Amino acid sequence: MVESKNSWKAWIYLSPAIVLLLVFTAWPIVNTVRMAFLENYSSMGAAGGITYQFGIGNFVQVLQYDKFITCLVNTMLLCVLTVPISTLLALIIAVCLNAIRPFQRLLQTIFFLPYVTNSIAIGMVFAAMFNMIGNNFGGENELIITAGIVNSVIEFFGGEPINWINAGSSYFHNMFVMVVYIVWNALPFKILVLLGGLQSVNKQYYEAAKVDGTSRLRTFTRITVPLLSPMIAYVVITGFIGGFKEYSSIVGIFGEDMGPTGDPRRLNTMVGFIYDSLSNHQGRASAAALILFGIIFIVTMINLYVSKKKTHY
Amino acid sequence: MKVVLQNLTKIFPSRNKKSNEEVVAVNDFTFEIPDGKLIGLLGPSGCGKSTTLYMISGLQKPTGGKIFFGDDDVTELSPENRGIGLVFQNYALYPHMTVMQNIMFPLQNLKGADKMDKSTMIERAYQAAKLVQIDELMDRKPSELSGGQQQRVAIARALVKMPKVLLLDEPLSNLDARLRLQTREEIRRIQKETGITTIFVTHDQEEAMSISDMIVVMKLGVLQQIGKPQEVYDDPANLFVAKFLGTPPINVFNGEVKDGKLYIGEEAVLDVAGVEDQKVTVGIRPEGFVVDENGPLTCNLNNVEIMGRDVSVVSTNESSQNPVIRSIVDSDTKIAAAETVRFSLKPHKVFLFNVETEERIRF
Repeated sequence: MVESKNSWKAWIYLSPAIVLLLVFTAWPIVNTVRMAFLENYSSMGAAGGITYQFGIGNFVQVLQYDKFITCLVNTMLLCVLTVPISTLLALIIAVCLNAIRPFQRLLQTIFFLPYVTNSIAIGMVFAAMFNMIGNNFGGENELIITAGIVNSVIEFFGGEPINWINAGSSYFHNMFVMVVYIVWNALPFKILVLLGGLQSVNKQYYEAAKVDGTSRLRTFTRITVPLLSPMIAYVVITGFIGGFKEYSSIVGIFGEDMGPTGDPRRLNTMVGFIYDSLSNHQGRASAAALILFGIIFIVTMINLYVSKKKTHY
Repeated sequence: MKVVLQNLTKIFPSRNKKSNEEVVAVNDFTFEIPDGKLIGLLGPSGCGKSTTLYMISGLQKPTGGKIFFGDDDVTELSPENRGIGLVFQNYALYPHMTVMQNIMFPLQNLKGADKMDKSTMIERAYQAAKLVQIDELMDRKPSELSGGQQQRVAIARALVKMPKVLLLDEPLSNLDARLRLQTREEIRRIQKETGITTIFVTHDQEEAMSISDMIVVMKLGVLQQIGKPQEVYDDPANLFVAKFLGTPPINVFNGEVKDGKLYIGEEAVLDVAGVEDQKVTVGIRPEGFVVDENGPLTCNLNNVEIMGRDVSVVSTNESSQNPVIRSIVDSDTKIAAAETVRFSLKPHKVFLFNVETEERIRF
C-alpha cells in the first residue's frame, strides 16, 4: 500500500496511463452508450445542432431489422461451427507436434505462419483457391475457364466442380468456405497455446500412465485433456469472443459486399452490420454494438461458468 | 518374485553432436534380488541407480543384458505387462483426480479377462488405501494432501494392482526430516505386510541402511558391493563404499605397512600380520577409536563435543586426509583438556586400502 501522504505521487506516475485510458477507452464506451440511447442519433445532425430524445428506439429498430437477424444468425453459426472444430483440430495437431522429435521446430513455425500473415491477404488466396472464372454458372451457357485449385482437386477425383463463392452459389457452400477459412486462420494461436500447455505437463504423468497400462486413447482423454483444460478453456473463450467479432475474414473472401455477386450482405456479420450503420446511423450502430457486447458478455459468462465446473486448475 | 539382472548395461548416446562421448549410466550389472526382500539401491547422484530402477520397471530399455522376474525374461516386456508398481520421486499423482480415482485408475485400465466390475475395484482401492492408512482421505484431491499423504497415495496406487515387484524412486527425498523417519518405517511395514519384493533408490545411506534387507552400492554405473547393510558397513569392499557408508563418515589416513605393522605418520598403530610392505590408505570408523593415555596414535585435540549418549572427539593429525578426525567414544570416557589426545584402535574398525586401486587389503 502506498502511504496516503505520498499517494499524490502515485497518481502522478499513473496519470499518463489514466489520461490515455480515459480518452481512448472510457470516453468511447461512455459515448457509445450515450449515442445508443438517443433516438435516431446521427453525429452529422448533432453537429448541426439537432438535439435528440432519450429512448430505446435504436435498439427496437436494430432488433426489428431483418438484416440484423441475418447478421446475428451468420455470426452465431460461424461461432458455433468454427470454435469447436478449430479447438479440436488444434488439440490433435498440438498433441501430434508434441509427440514428434525431428522437425518439431520447423513444423511449429509452419503451423504458426498463418498467425503472422494478414487475414485479408490470406482471404484473397483462399478466394482464389475456391474461385471460378467464367460465366453463367449453373445456367445453360455455362462457361468455366478455370475453376480454382479446390475444384481442380475435386475434378481430379472425378467430382463435379462446385460453385463455392461466385454468383449463384448456395448459402451452404459459402458458409463451408467461411468455416474452412476461419478454422484455418484460428488454428495457429490455439496450437501455440495448447502446445505450450502440453510442454509444461510433467512427463512423469505419462510414465505413470504407462506403468498403469493406460491405452493411448485413455491417456489422451483422462490425462492430457484434463491437464490441458485451463488452456482449452482459454482458447474456447477467446475463440468465441473472436468469433463474435468476425468481419475481416468475410471481407477477405467475398470483398466488402459481404456476399457472392448478386447477393450482397448475405454473409454479413454483427460487426459488418455495425460498420454499415456507422456512416449515417451512429445511434443504431451504437445500439448494435451494445447488443453485441451483451451477447459476448453472456456467452463468456456461460463459458466461464462451464469451465469452472469442468476445468482443473 | 525374485529379480535377476544379468549383464545389464545402459548407454546413453552423447547429446553433444561434436563429441561422440557416450554416457555409460549402468555398466554390466549382474546380481540377484531375493524374493520378498526390501532392497536399497544406494549411491551418489549420477551413479545410475535411477536408470537401473527404470530399466527394471520397463520405462527404459537396456542397451544390453537381461532382466528376469522369477524365471521369466521380461527384458522385452512393456511396463504394464511386467506386473510392477512404481512410485515416482515426485509421486506423479494425477492432480485432477481424487485420491479414490487415482488409486482406481490402474484397475480401470485392465482389459479382457482381468477386467473388474466397479464394486470389486472400489473394494480393492479401499484395501490398498487401508494398507497405507489413507482410507479417510479418499475424496480429497492431491493438492489438498500433505507430502507424506501424497506419498502414501502413490504407494497405494502402485500396490492396487497387486504387483509382483514394487519400485520406489527416492521415496523419501521430498519429505521433511521427521516425516522421513516415519515414512521409512511405514515403507518397511507395508513391505513386510505385503511380502512384495521391493526395490528402492536412495542417495541417503542412513535411509538405505535403516530399512533394507540388502543394499546395493553403486558408483558411476559400476556395482561396488551388495550385502546386508551391517555386513557392508563392517566389511567394505573398497574405499568408496567405506567412505559412502556411515555418519559421521570414516576417517581416512595415509599410512604405511612395514614389517607387519601399520604406521600412521611415525607411529606404529596396529599389528597387521600378513600384509606386504607398502603404502596404504587407512580407513578408521569413528567408533574404532578408544581414548587411551598410552595409545599409539597421537592427535592434536581440537575440541570435544558432548552429545548426550556419546562424545565426539574432534582432532587433527598430519596424516589425515580429512581436515579433522571425528571419533565417537563412550560418554563415560574422561578426556583431559590437553593439547593432544592419544588413541588406541579397534582392529575390526580399521580397514586398509590399496593406494592406487582403492581396493580393500585384508589382514
